[in-house]
Formats: sequence, C-alpha cells, structure tokens
Amino acid sequence: MPLLEVDDLTTYFHTRDGVVRAVDGVSFSLENGETLGIVGESGSGKSVTCYSLMRLIPEPPGRIERGTAMFDGQDLLRMSPRELRRVRGCKISMIFQDPMTSINPYLRISTQLIEALQTHRDIDKKAALHKAIEALEEVGIPGASSRVFSYPHEFSGGMRQRVMIAMALITEPDLLIADEPTTALDVTVQALIMDIIKQRQNDLGTAVILVTHDLGLVAGSCDKVLVMYGGREMESGSVEQIFHNPRHPYTRALQKTIPSLQEKGQELFTIPGLPPDVSKPIHGCAFHPRCPYPKIGQPEGDRPPLEEVEPGHCWSACGYCDSSAPIEAVLAKADVDAAEIVEGDA
Amino acid sequence: MLKFVAMRLLQGAFVLLGIYAVTFLLVAATPGSPFSSERAIAPEILAQIEAFYGYDRPLGERFLTSLGNFVQGDFGPSAVYANRTVTQIIAESFPVSLKLGSISLLLALLLGVPAGILAAVKRNTWLDYVPMSVSMAGICLPTFVMGPLLALVFGLILQWLPVAGWYGPEFMILPATTLGLYYGAYFARLTRGGMLEMLNQDWVRTARAKGVAESTIIWKHCLKGGLIPAITFLGPALAGIISGSFVVETIFQIPGLGQWFVRAALNRDDFLVLGLTVLFAAMIVVMNLLVDIVQVALNPRLKYD
Amino acid sequence: MTDAPVDAAPAIAEDALVEGSSLWKDAWARLKKNKVAVGSLFGFAFIFLFCFVGPFLSPYDANVQDLFSGAEGPSAEHWFGTDTLGRDLMVRVMEGGRISLLVGLVATVVALAIGVIYGATAGYVGGKVDASMMRFVDLLYALPFTIFVILLMVAFGRSLWLMFVAIGCVEWLSMARIVRSGVLSLKKQEFVEAAVSLGYSRRRIIVRHLIPNVLGPVIVIATLTVPAVMLLEAFLSFLGLGVQPPDASWGVLINEGQTNMEIYPWLLLFPAGFFAATLFCLNFIGDGLRDALDPKSAKD
Repeated sequence: MPLLEVDDLTTYFHTRDGVVRAVDGVSFSLENGETLGIVGESGSGKSVTCYSLMRLIPEPPGRIERGTAMFDGQDLLRMSPRELRRVRGCKISMIFQDPMTSINPYLRISTQLIEALQTHRDIDKKAALHKAIEALEEVGIPGASSRVFSYPHEFSGGMRQRVMIAMALITEPDLLIADEPTTALDVTVQALIMDIIKQRQNDLGTAVILVTHDLGLVAGSCDKVLVMYGGREMESGSVEQIFHNPRHPYTRALQKTIPSLQEKGQELFTIPGLPPDVSKPIHGCAFHPRCPYPKIGQPEGDRPPLEEVEPGHCWSACGYCDSSAPIEAVLAKADVDAAEIVEGDA
Repeated sequence: MLKFVAMRLLQGAFVLLGIYAVTFLLVAATPGSPFSSERAIAPEILAQIEAFYGYDRPLGERFLTSLGNFVQGDFGPSAVYANRTVTQIIAESFPVSLKLGSISLLLALLLGVPAGILAAVKRNTWLDYVPMSVSMAGICLPTFVMGPLLALVFGLILQWLPVAGWYGPEFMILPATTLGLYYGAYFARLTRGGMLEMLNQDWVRTARAKGVAESTIIWKHCLKGGLIPAITFLGPALAGIISGSFVVETIFQIPGLGQWFVRAALNRDDFLVLGLTVLFAAMIVVMNLLVDIVQVALNPRLKYD
Repeated sequence: MTDAPVDAAPAIAEDALVEGSSLWKDAWARLKKNKVAVGSLFGFAFIFLFCFVGPFLSPYDANVQDLFSGAEGPSAEHWFGTDTLGRDLMVRVMEGGRISLLVGLVATVVALAIGVIYGATAGYVGGKVDASMMRFVDLLYALPFTIFVILLMVAFGRSLWLMFVAIGCVEWLSMARIVRSGVLSLKKQEFVEAAVSLGYSRRRIIVRHLIPNVLGPVIVIATLTVPAVMLLEAFLSFLGLGVQPPDASWGVLINEGQTNMEIYPWLLLFPAGFFAATLFCLNFIGDGLRDALDPKSAKD
C-alpha cells in the first residue's frame, strides 16, 4: 500500500481576471521512505500541488475542484479541519522556500521548535526543549543548547533553513514536503541542505516530496520524478528512466538546460518562450507552443492521453508533434535554420 | 537598555528646551502684552510679573531669566488671575485632566484594539465591515461634533447622564466617551491593518503547516507584531487627546488644563501658556519614550539598533 | 475552511512586468470595482457642486439677516431652516462648505509642497543627512502641533492665508515620509538596470515605472490629508481662532450650532452632517485609491 496516493488532483483559482487552472488533473503515488521529485518551471503548478495536499490554499480564490489524496487510509482533501490539523506537522510536515520569511521573527526559535511537539504530543515543556536542542544538533547547528533561545534574525539564511528542517522533522513525520528548499540559498549552502535532508530522511525513514525547478537536484536525491508543465503532468517515472530515456519533448529540453551537462564555453541553453497563461484553457499538450519538435497540425481537445513507455514510466503523448528524433538533432537543425536566416538577410 | 533610556531622556530634554524657546518666541511676538488690554491689571500682578522677569527687559534676558525660573519649578504668576501662580493653577487642574485623559485613552484602547483584531480575523465579513464603518464614522465626526451630539442624546433627551461639571464619576462618562470613541476608531483601523499584515506573512503559513490551531496563530504568533502600529500611535494619540481636551472641557465645562490653555492663549496670559505648553510637551515626550520601550520589547529585531 | 496565502499562478504576475503602464489601468479597474469608493466619489462630487454652484441657485444671500423671524426650523421657504439672526441656513452651509473645502485643498497643497521638498531632499541626499532629517520628522510627529497653531493664530492674527500655512505646517510630516521612500526606491539602481536589460529606454522606465511608484502613494496621502486639514480648520474655528464672521466655515457653523443645539438642533445637524459626509467620502476615496494602487493590497 503506498503511503500517499494522489489521483486527479485539480486546483483552480477563481480570480476576477478569470479561472486560473493552477493544477489540472495530477496523479502520483509515493511509498514509505521514497523520494519523489516534482520538477517544473515557475507557474507549472508544482508548489500549488503540495499546498493543495496540505490544504494550505486560500479558499476564497482557490478551490480544490476534484481529486483524491489517500494518505494512511484517509482522503486528505476531504478531511475535516480538525483531522487535518492532526495530520499537519505530525504525519506530514512541510518546509518552505524562503527561510527568511517563513519563520516568525517575533518568537524565539525554541518556542517555534517545541510548538509542533506541544500541539501534537502530550509532553512537558522541559522535555520538549530537550528534544528541540537535539533536533538542532541533528541538523548541524553548533552550540545548540544556547542558540535554541535565539531569535530568527540571529541566524543566517542557511542556518534558518536548517532550523526549518529541524522544526519539520521534530515530530518524526511519515512524509516531508520540501518546496524548493534550496532556491533562496547560496549555491554553496544548497548542497549542505540537501545532504541534511537526505541524512535525516535515512535516519527516520521519512518519505520526501521535493519540489524544484532544478533537474540536476532531482538527479542527485530522488527515486521518482514527476515533470509538470502548465499545471499538468508531462512525464513521470523513476530517476533512471527519466534521465536515461526521456520521452516527452519538455523533459528532453529541460535536460538540455542543466548547466553541468553542457559544453564549457558554449552559450547556455534555455527553452525559448514563456510558460502558458493558465487562466486560458489549454488544448492538447500544454508544451505544444514552445515545443522545438516539428509540429503536425494544431492541437484540439482537452489533453493528450498518458502512454506507458516502459513499466512505471508514463508520458503525456502529444499527437501533434513528431518527437521521434533525439532532441539534439532538432536543436541543431534550429541553429542551422537560424544561421540560414541571418545569412539570407546579409 | 539603560543607555537607550538615558539617551532618549536627554533628547527629550532638548526637545522641551526647543519647545520652550519656540513658545516663548511666539508669545513674545504676539502683538501687545498683558498690559495693553483695556482691562486694568491689578498692581499686585504687575509687581509679580516684574519680579518674575520684567516686561521692559530685552528679549534674551527675559528668556534666560524665565528659563532659569522654570527649571527651578517656578512657572511665574498668572497674568490674568490675581494672586495665583501658574504652578497653583496647574496643580489644581492637572489631576482632573489626567483622569479624563487616561480614561479616554484606556477606553480608546479597550474599544479599538479588540475591534481591530476581530475585523482582521473575520476579514470581509460583517464583523469586519460593521466595526470598520463605525470607526470610519468615528473619525469623521470630530470631538466638537460628537461631544454636543452625545450631550444632546444622552444628557438632554434621555437624561441619563450629566452634561456639565465635574462632581463625580458619572460626569466623566460623556466627555471620556467623546474622546475615547474618536481615538478608539484610529486604534481599531491601525490594529486591523497590523493584524492583517501579520496574517499575510509566510510564517503564518508555516505555523498552519505545523497543525497549529487558528486561535493560537492569532494570539501567539500575530498579536505581538500586529499591535505595533497601534502602540506607535499612542504618542500621537496622547497629543490628540490633549488638544481634544481643549474642546471637550469647554463643551462639558470640566475644570481641566485644556480649558485653561485656551483661555490663556486668548487672554494673553503668557506664563500660563508657557507653563502649560511645556507641561503638555513633557507628557508627550514621556509617553513617546514609554512607547519606544514597549516597541523594543515587542520587536526583537529592534534590540540590536 | 482553512486558508493561508499562497502565490497564485506566478505566471500571471510576469505579465505585469511586461507592460508598465497597465499599473494605472489596473488601478483604475480596481477602483471602479470598489463600490464604496465609487459611491464616495459621486458623493463628494455632489457636495462639491452643492457648495460651489449652489449659492448661485439659491434665492437667499448668506449674510442677509432677518432679525424679526429669528431661528426657524426647516420649512418650504428655508429648506434647512434659519439661524438665530434669520439667515438662511442652506446658503450658509453651502458657503461654509466653500471655505472649508478651500482651506482643505489649499492647506493640503502647502503640506504637499513642504513634504515633497523635504522628503525628496532627504531621500535623494541619503546617508546621515537623511537619517537626521527623518529623526527630526519622528520627533515632530507626536508633538502637540495644534498648540502651536493656536499660538500662531493668536500671535499673528486670524487671517485665512495664515491658517493655510499654519495647517499646512502641521500636516506635511506624513507627506515627507512617503515622498522620501518613493525617492529611495527611485534610487535603487538595480531596478533601473533590470528594466534596461529588458530593453526599455530610460525615459520609458522613469515615466512608466518610477513616477507611478512615487505618484501613487502621494495621491493617496494627499487625498487623506484634505479631511485631516478640514478637521483642524474646524477645530480652530470652533475655538474662535479660524475664520471670522461674517464669513463662516463649517467649523464656525458647527460652533454656532452646538451652542444652541437644545433649542435649534438643525443648526448643528446640517453643517455637522455635511462636514461628516465630506470627511467620510474623502476618507473612503483615499482608502480606495490606496487599495487600488497597491498591488499587494491586503484585501481580496
């Protein structure tokens, strides 16, 4: 039985400028102790997916339209607020992108660390403080026994993120959702933070959902991958499958953008264009307008079907482009075409 | 912290000196003098004024002499009321104004702050619209309109409360309510704004993600930061209550400092004006210092300034 | 249900960067949707016309006394009634409004002038000068300015022009703060460089991005200063220090009204009502403008 099974999760925002389809029918599952990486650009809906699971979406404009998220035998999306509060911070914890704004500056770290414990366990303050100090030590904060009483602004960004991790894991949850935990940090600190997450995960056997735009990060730490675009699933599978045999044009293009995999001295590759406007309905594959592959007609209908490439590896099979060739060939041709145009002008 | 307080007190002393100087100059610049009015001034008063500093002396000398006297606690004689010194007048009226002022301020806080918190928590519902509309009405009805209206309704029509004088606790109700409602309205709006800003912060989302109950989020996480705009306003609120007292004491005939100030200004009772102005300024300086101390206590980031 | 703010569909936000002028269009659209603000705009327009055009339409003169009839309540001839000297109250309210509104606007302009110069200087020069200038403002902020205005009026006579200046001197503080923070953000080089790197000319940046940055908050604070100024003027007039008879502002009328309110309540109710309504409208318009111009508005 998977720890978490999400089926057709759909979250829309009803704004005065239209209905924003932030998450449009996303499904995935997660086993105990597994790490799932959700990858996509800004606006792909990856963060909103996680907020939807925790029901942290502001309900007036936002609404979870349909779908189920079975966790531990219950549907997260249909729980009462009371039951939900028992899950949050206890069975499922979340850490956020910006450690500078995600910790309350008016309260001491100790207060915020023991809060989850006091909320979910019957524990006295002294014991809770003890655990808090332990938690800080486990994430590698020196002098934990005195620093625990500091205020957040006395910590650097990287330290604060460690504190957030400590806060999230102090109750030893079954699942940790990490929403771009390293994006706001220096590159040098990023690796450290990922190490800490990995290490604590091993210690506790926690499952992790890692949300990121950095495909390289996913390669190093995840078991499974879900590639999102325009609020929809483009491709999903194990890390090996996605990296060695990417099927969807978007996944292939994303791989091309990883700096460390590119030739030194060449211009960095980026996918031209902007993400789609999800307040307008999308016909067919969401990536179609930006797809570098040769196009066959205009997409119609709602969305392409999910096809299996190999066991455990699915992709959103767009029928309106010819993605049989490897992407290098297509990109090389694009360069040649561009050069021809330039020569033609001259 | 001690250094902070000492610095601020020193600053305050300079501020008071500045206010004294400005007031002195303004009063001196006013055409005429207590002697030029058609009222005959009693010779005793003339003598006292002469003793205090003498009107024929040059400006600079007058300034320094009176300043010297001031610092020693001698504020001079009233130029209009025979046989009464400014100190006496202040001593009689200060307790009255203090009572009125503190009750008004307390009322303003007790009405405004909870209303603001409620409005923020129940944003965009009736519990938000109603208190905020009422507070908007409160801001638009100045004390000299609200006062007479309240007096009319509760005093003359319903006959529930007295409208003039200061002979017992029931005499405080209408005037304190007039002042209190006005500043309560400000506190309500400021608190609502402050709480809303707190509730929109990312760390509230983190707390929710930890499963913390909504009420805990409001009281434990948001209140400290949310109260800051209201606390900051305490200084200006006190200044406003002082100037509001000019009006309220006139309307409800309360023997407080406010009434004295207006009369003194209009009647060229120079020393009284000087004494009262410096007193008011001192009260505000002290209040601002207290406010700053509270702010530092509430906001840990300020400790390191 | 549970809720917490979440950045909704960031893709939309990126569009805002692309077209800077849409800030005004957005703001106008938002303002139009704010029913209270729109209602207040109409209300204020009505009051404005009432005061400035009304007297031409009224058969009465504000200064003509009729000592034989004295104060009478609202009737068919005198819609608002008459005051103790037999003067038609409606015309007096209209003309009182002219003066009150005039004071409001002119004194606000004075406050605006002082505040803009002070704030822009502080922001532009920056550093220690800026810090001490703003310290000064902080100090002044809680001082009993009203007291000084009273003394000023007593000292230098009760002229209308002096009142404009005196009141303006009280209200410039907030203006200075707002202008200064606007100028500070103007100075942020990265902002300008980023826009330049997106391909915009400097002129376009200044016109479409920087001026709106400063202009917006200034308009809001100016709109909110007018009622504050009117309040101060009424306060002074109430104490007998403002406008002198036979001219009357709403403050004077309210003072007259409150002395006689038990017997002639209409003398208080009409001027006070118009005064409160004007302040109401201006405050709501100011609030509406603030919410419309601030993309991170807490409402919604």
